[in-house]
Order: sequence, then structure tokens, then C-alpha cells
Amino acid sequence: MILLAMHFPISGTDISPLYLVIIGFLIGVLGGFFGVGGSFIAGPALRAVGMHWNFAVGTDLAHIVGKSVVAARRHRALGNVDLKLGLIMATGTIAGAECGAQLIQLLKRQGNVDFVVSIVSIVIYSSISTFMIWESWRTVRSQKRRGVGKDKNTQKGRHAADESSFSGLTESMQRIPLWPVISLPTSGVKAISLWVIIIVSFIGGLFSGFLGGGAGYIRMPMMVYILGVPTHLAVGTDLFEIIISASYGTFSHAIKGNVDILVALVMHTGAAIGAQIGAILTQYFAGPKIRLLFVPLPLIGVAIVVYTLFTGHKL
Amino acid sequence: MKSDTRKTLFSFLAELAVYGVLVVIYFFLVLHFLANWLAHLFQGNIKLYALVSIGLIIGQAILLEMVTTFLFRLLRGRSE
Repeated sequence: MILLAMHFPISGTDISPLYLVIIGFLIGVLGGFFGVGGSFIAGPALRAVGMHWNFAVGTDLAHIVGKSVVAARRHRALGNVDLKLGLIMATGTIAGAECGAQLIQLLKRQGNVDFVVSIVSIVIYSSISTFMIWESWRTVRSQKRRGVGKDKNTQKGRHAADESSFSGLTESMQRIPLWPVISLPTSGVKAISLWVIIIVSFIGGLFSGFLGGGAGYIRMPMMVYILGVPTHLAVGTDLFEIIISASYGTFSHAIKGNVDILVALVMHTGAAIGAQIGAILTQYFAGPKIRLLFVPLPLIGVAIVVYTLFTGHKL
Repeated sequence: MKSDTRKTLFSFLAELAVYGVLVVIYFFLVLHFLANWLAHLFQGNIKLYALVSIGLIIGQAILLEMVTTFLFRLLRGRSE
């Protein structure tokens, strides 16, 4: 019976609960492992079964909240969440998300929102993938030459293996003497200007408001390369931060009538176990390898956007 | 197949089976009763619906996280 379509009265759609659970599970694994919301898969997956885009976007955000709670709790148990950094970033993300949403409204009024957002997303997603594949590959090769990170079974060994080829950029960002300068002991950052953190989270929020979803695909790399947060902590902290920003987004969409919470609850039953598995898997991979495995995700987004742009069809 | 891998795989499959049964019960018991009430709330009081939605998804997340953590501990503990 669970294989049959179930009627969801709020969005007026008929969807198989098993389909929702499987989609939720896949996105949960991705979220737990990479710290991303997975909206580039969830949105099209809901649309593919006949849900309107406004419901797909709002429902996906609600499901992201639940999934992030599970994954962030698991990451916290593993010592991968910097609460101080997460709370600071949440303020910048919310402000950025509002600006992104306003930009969308502006483009809507000018009548070219679909084209502009498609082009921006193709450029951004491709750039992130290209940059991360180049940086991670360089770091992995450099570590192999020097024999760094062979002891991956200990926390110390994993942290030693988690370096990036952009440590110069990170150090210069941490040296900006703009008041107030704070420390992030959990992330091992001795001193960094509060404004650098706010700007990084604001940019993440801007992309979230402009391109949709949690924008973990841009926030997680920026936390690693600009703030100098170890990859495991960046994944866990990003998830914690997403709980706050996605809750705000869910409330905002829900009062506009764009959230079918029953669909989100069903999807989340799959995501809950997927997120746990994804979070546990991070223990078996060093930082550069997690970043290397992250590369195909933005490219999936590029493929979906290019398909939609050239065919005019939504998935 | 190594003995450790076999144990881990067994624990994982057992956890999925137990979790699957719990989820099916959850669908029929909880969502069945919630569906109509939430649909009425959506039509009648959208702000309350928004607040209830966030409460429900966070509440379910905490509950399921506790269930999956318990299952992980129980089954891993027994297989080791």
C-alpha cells in the first residue's frame, strides 16, 4: 500500500510515500556527508511528480530544516560543530537571503528572471566545481609527496591531513585587522575579524535567496578556504547554521502558502537515516578527499539548469 | 568478505528493516490523523500553520534522530 500514491491535500498532489522516502534518503546521505541541503535534487524531484514549483521550493526548505537537525546533532556528537561560528553566520545568512530574494523580485519586475538566474547559476556552479577539483587534487598530490595524513584513524591524523592549497589566502584573511577581531577556539582559528565571517555568510545567504536552497555548495568551500575552518567542522557548522536560516526561510514560505508540511515530513523519514549515515561516513575520509568528492554536486545543478534553459522543460 | 564488514553490513540492514517498520507505523498512525487537521489549518490560519510546520519538522527530526541513534547503538553493540 505504501507503494501506491498517497493524496497530500495541502498541495493537492498524489505522490508515492516510498518515492518521497527514497529521495529523502539520498539527499540525507549527501547532506550528512557534504553539509549541503541538496535542493538541486529535491526541487526537480518534487517537480517531476507534479508538484508546483512554489510548493517544491517551500517544501524542500522545510525538509532541509529537519534533515539538518538530524545531521547537525550527529556532527555535534562527533565534535564537528562550532556553535559560536554557526550563530554568527546565521545573522549574515538571513540578511543575505533577504537581499537575494529582493534581487529576484527586481528581476521578476524586469521580466528576465529565469534567464539571468540560469546563467548566474551555470557560471557559479561550474566555477566552484572547477576550483575545488583543482585545489583538492593539488592538496592530495602534495600530501602524497610529503606523506602527510597517513594516520587517518585518529582525530589528530585527520586534522593533519586536512590542509588546503589556499592556506596563504586563509592566513591573509585572518590577518585583516578590522575591529572586532574574535577567536574561534573550536575551529582552531586564533584571530579573525567578525566582518570577514559576516561577509562570507552574507554571500552564502545571497546565493541562497537568489538561487534557492541552503547554498551549502558555496558556503562550505568559503568556510574552508577563506575562514580557515577544517573541512569536518565546516560541514557540521554549515548544517547547524542551515537549521536557523532554513527555519526562517520555511516560515517565510509557509505564510505565503508554499509549504506542504506533510510531504516534508514523509521525505524527512528517509532523510533522517540518510543524514546519520552521511555524517558517520565523514569519519572515514580526509578533508581534501571530501572536497574532491563534493565536485560533482554543483555539476548536477549545472546539468539541470542547462537542460531547462535549452529545452524549456522543467524536469 | 571480511568479518568486520559483514558485521557492519548486517547491523545496517537490520537497522534499515527495524526503521522501515517503525516508519510505516508512523505513516499510518500519525500522518493519517494529522493530514485533515493540517489542511484545515492551512486554509484557516496560515501563520499558525507556519509555526506548527516548523515545530513538527524539528520535533520529528529530534525524535527520529533519537530512534536512529538508539538503533545504531543497540544493533552495533549486539553485533560486536
